[in-house]
Amino acid sequence: MVAIKDVNPVQAAPRNEGVQAPPPALSVAGLTVAYGEKPAVFSVDMTVAQGTMTAIVGPNGAGKSTLLKAVLGLVKPLSGEVRLFGLALSRARDRIAYVPQRASVDWDFPARVIDVVLMGLHRELGLLRRVRPEHLDRARACLARVGMQDFATRQIGQLSGGQQQRVFLARALVQQADLYLLDEPFAGVDAATEKAIIGVLKELQAEGRSIVAVHHDLSTVRAYFDHLFLINTRAIAAGPVADVFTGENLQRAYGGRLGEAQLAGGTLTG
Amino acid sequence: MGAEFVALSLPPLLIGILAAVTCALPGNFLLLRRQALIGDAISHVVLPGIVIAFLLTGTIATLPMLLGAAGAALLAVVLIEGVRRTARIEAGAAMGVVFTSLFAAGVLLLEQSDTSGVHLDVEHALYGNLESLIWLDATGWASLVDPVALAGLPSELPRMALALLIVCLALWLMWRPLAIATFDEGFAATLGLPVRAIGLGLVMLAALAAVAAFDAVGSIIVIAMFICPPASARMMTDRLGAQVGWSVAFAILSAVLGYVAAGYGPLWLGFENSVSAAGMIATVSGLILGVTMLAGPRRHPAGLARKG
Amino acid sequence: MIWQALTLQLGYNATLVALGATLLGIAAGVTGSFLFLRKRALVSDAVSHATLPGIGLAFIVMVAMGGDGRFLPGLLLGAALSSGLGLLLIAWMMRRTRLSEDAAIGAVLSVFFGAGIVLLTVIQSMNAGRQAGLDTVLLGSTAGMLQSDALVIAAGGAVVLLLVLLLRRPMLVVGFDPDYAAVSGTNVGRIDLAMMGLVMAVTVLGITTVGLILIVALLIIPPVTARLWTDHALRMVALAGVVGGLSAYVGAAVSATAPALPTGPIIVLASFVLFALSMILAPARGGLALIRRQMRFRRRVHRRQGLLALAVGQTIHEPFTLALLRREGLARADGVPTDAGRAAAAKALLDEARWAALRADPAHGLSASRYDALTRIETVLTPDQIAELDRHLPRPRGVS
Repeated sequence: MVAIKDVNPVQAAPRNEGVQAPPPALSVAGLTVAYGEKPAVFSVDMTVAQGTMTAIVGPNGAGKSTLLKAVLGLVKPLSGEVRLFGLALSRARDRIAYVPQRASVDWDFPARVIDVVLMGLHRELGLLRRVRPEHLDRARACLARVGMQDFATRQIGQLSGGQQQRVFLARALVQQADLYLLDEPFAGVDAATEKAIIGVLKELQAEGRSIVAVHHDLSTVRAYFDHLFLINTRAIAAGPVADVFTGENLQRAYGGRLGEAQLAGGTLTG
Repeated sequence: MGAEFVALSLPPLLIGILAAVTCALPGNFLLLRRQALIGDAISHVVLPGIVIAFLLTGTIATLPMLLGAAGAALLAVVLIEGVRRTARIEAGAAMGVVFTSLFAAGVLLLEQSDTSGVHLDVEHALYGNLESLIWLDATGWASLVDPVALAGLPSELPRMALALLIVCLALWLMWRPLAIATFDEGFAATLGLPVRAIGLGLVMLAALAAVAAFDAVGSIIVIAMFICPPASARMMTDRLGAQVGWSVAFAILSAVLGYVAAGYGPLWLGFENSVSAAGMIATVSGLILGVTMLAGPRRHPAGLARKG
Repeated sequence: MIWQALTLQLGYNATLVALGATLLGIAAGVTGSFLFLRKRALVSDAVSHATLPGIGLAFIVMVAMGGDGRFLPGLLLGAALSSGLGLLLIAWMMRRTRLSEDAAIGAVLSVFFGAGIVLLTVIQSMNAGRQAGLDTVLLGSTAGMLQSDALVIAAGGAVVLLLVLLLRRPMLVVGFDPDYAAVSGTNVGRIDLAMMGLVMAVTVLGITTVGLILIVALLIIPPVTARLWTDHALRMVALAGVVGGLSAYVGAAVSATAPALPTGPIIVLASFVLFALSMILAPARGGLALIRRQMRFRRRVHRRQGLLALAVGQTIHEPFTLALLRREGLARADGVPTDAGRAAAAKALLDEARWAALRADPAHGLSASRYDALTRIETVLTPDQIAELDRHLPRPRGVS
């Protein structure tokens, strides 16, 4: 395992807040986002403590991805406030990394795997600095971390879905962020990839970083995450998985569509 | 032969090459962003921009023309976006509404105004007049180092060279952000990149290329060079830098072969008159695209190529 | 003069031309609607530009055979053949190479047009070509149009309209949902082919009147204009026909009044005026209505959000929310609710709790799908149903 030097150690908290607790990795207040004239997310409050691993779960069309995109400033909310480590988004960009849905880009783009991973270094490199050997080394180390070291020079269109997802994760790893925001990282990937990704995420958490992932598979919530945020346009319930992952809460989130949840592999325990 | 070539053929050939390359460079990114037809739209709206600049200033000086055309391109982009959002229709239809209307307005203005004293008409706008850009002061290859003779070069040549220089500089500077924003706009935005400004900047760069080239060679070459050389290059490689390199090579090849075929082809076939060089350059670029589509090593989408 | 033109008093020929153009406009608007519904509006741009080499070749062939190069049916046939070839090439490029539709369209239109220009310069150097005036195919002209030409256009327009009428249902199904159409037994490929054939016919007919650069406007602008007024597909098609016909009629009539008023641009600008007015004024999807609805929606969201915050004793951060509640007398400047505000907040909270219960209950799947965080539950359920819901309501329950 290649050790990666931490640029922004989260563990250095509390910084200048005296004896106060560290600010939450993410806090959302009164967030409403609408597409056209239908709110996708309505008046949602959410807090993610540092060092936790949170799943955002809800039925299809419940606003999971929209919530994530609003947090990242990718969609403009009608109202509400988002803070990352107590800062506005524009001042916290160096501390966050985003893993979009795999299907959101055109994989026929002329680029190699290593090129995509190097995109994660853009904030460090800026406009003019060249990519140097140490940057390449870091990118390769991140590829190795997701088990893709042998694919560095492969054209991205030749990868399987699971491999594409790992490349996206490697691109986020190279950013060395404190908060990782992932949109459906396990959607349509093979079992080996799912295992590799969750392994890396658990390592990140062990390093003190925070993870928030949109997730759709109820059967793995308990095994993968320690916190759960249930949403269906409104926030339904939030907290440690052990407290929140209950039949009653899922019923409230999925309602008449609980069949859908069960189809997704949900095991409902009381 | 040498003197005649330098005076009559070298300047239009060089201008053709410069115009082709200037358009092909931003065309690569337009193609990857699925905005190839923005080039089509821009090259149409250049006409009203130039006509209005002429009506306001009464001359066909370069700067007002450039400003007028750039203003029209900007207006077109804003209108397309406005129509798309307000009417909630696909971008293609919004584009179709805007550029045809602006072009119609340009034609009408042109017909209504007295442009008899200047070289400004629809035909010229469409296919330029590459053949007429000759260098009367040239007496042979030696003129290339003769400052007096060089001063008599057609002004389109340095203008086009300047446009190419600006396009190269801008792409060199914006290469990485442009590539990231083109591949994954959402991720680019989370890096703090101004993705909308980058998109608009690319369109403005395309507009600059279109305006500069339009004056010398007409809008056919502009549209063809925005699309055909980058599309051909796409069939050759899976790397962005290599793609841009191939597109430049194809653009130069189109310009040279097209110019030669237009100027000498008919003579070889026994006709007296040459044919439109602009049209021929566009045609050659299409032939090159045809060849690369049939035989290019990367003509299939990457996913299919893997299986063979 | 213009009035005379509009009332068809400029003589037999001008009248015939205006009527022919009108029929063409109707046919273009109607045909373009199906293209627009299929989200392929700009394919028409390639179709029209790709006619040029066919026109040039047809002229050269007809002259070489000793005939009149300007024989309209011959030119139209050449135009149809080369634009058909262009369409086939676009389809092939999209299927067999990695190029997307926009690149295929752009490549075909620019290369065919370039080849056409080459042929035009060849024709100009031919003896028969000097006075051919083929440049009029670029921008169209009704000046000096032969009576027989006007009749060809009018008849062609009528035939296209008839065919559209016959094919409207399958074309609508394919435009709305091609996958469903394929599953339910419609031959999508053949319907698309028929649609493109009609588009080609309109383009070819429009070349002499509107010109090949601008005919695409007549296929795109009327459908987009009509779309702003209605969500009903067939009504939209009909309205597009009206817009197209009206634009073409006005354009042809006005341009007949003076030599410096080319027909094509006038027709396009007439349709653009109709479009611009619609985009601002249309009641359903126009800009003004859109802005008004968005502002109303924003107020509803903030009002509801503010009330829910008051109900659970939260402070209101957003200045806009607070201003809204103050204006309605629901809250004071310091954010403390008034009596009316307290009542409204309690009601909103109850509504929210009822909705939560409704959405958790599988029996109410259909009603629950109408949840948008703003609709009051009374508009979805009967009082009896609400009473039933209330019985199971755990109370008191604040949203934690």
